[in-house]
Amino acid sequence: MKTSTLAHTGTTSWLVQRASAVVMALAVLVFAWRLGRAAPLDYPAWKALFETLSMRVVTLLFTAALALHAWVGMRDIFMDYVHHTGIRLVLHLGVLLTLASCVLWMAAILWGAV
Amino acid sequence: MKRPVFLSLFLLRLPVMGWVSILHRVSGALLFLVLPLLVWALSASLSSEAGFLYVHAWVSHPFAKWLVLGLVWALAQHFFAGLRHLALDIHWGVQLHNARRSSAAVLAAGAGVTLLAAWALFA
Repeated sequence: MKTSTLAHTGTTSWLVQRASAVVMALAVLVFAWRLGRAAPLDYPAWKALFETLSMRVVTLLFTAALALHAWVGMRDIFMDYVHHTGIRLVLHLGVLLTLASCVLWMAAILWGAV
Repeated sequence: MKRPVFLSLFLLRLPVMGWVSILHRVSGALLFLVLPLLVWALSASLSSEAGFLYVHAWVSHPFAKWLVLGLVWALAQHFFAGLRHLALDIHWGVQLHNARRSSAAVLAAGAGVTLLAAWALFA
């Protein structure tokens, strides 16, 4: 293993995990603020909340950050406990597809006719 | 010759930092498993008035409230343990007595938020 570079040392995953966590924390603050101001929530108010572009962008960014964050976390869990390579790779693929689908689904919810 | 192992989960005593660590992992995994359901709930709640009421009725069911409470615990626990991880990244709370204190604080904060949510859900 080369130590003259940071390649394959896990630094990128570590950074992605921390950065995505910070993005999510900031987004949650925005959500709390917006939700607080929109209360009490009935359907029209709830729908209007997600009508603004800023809210949609923040929500999608949150979801993307969540996907990256969850990917690193689940990958760590499988690396620690699943030692059969074939099974582990299948699990990785399952998690990847689930997360990617959630992000695309969220985009559809926010901008599509879903 | 097989070496002896000691892996009895009922006899192993984890230090408080160990508890925070494993709960951080468990809560994270739980949140991942629930994610598709949450995305669906958002979709349904935004789709129409009927969809909104459906999700609301679902969440208001006494049994579902316990699930929501469990989710709140998972989120709070994971979040506060995450904050502790960030602190440890910049070498705050690395010394043993501080590690014990910050771990206890994380567990207490998680429990506190859960109690608040329980009050909001059931009171």
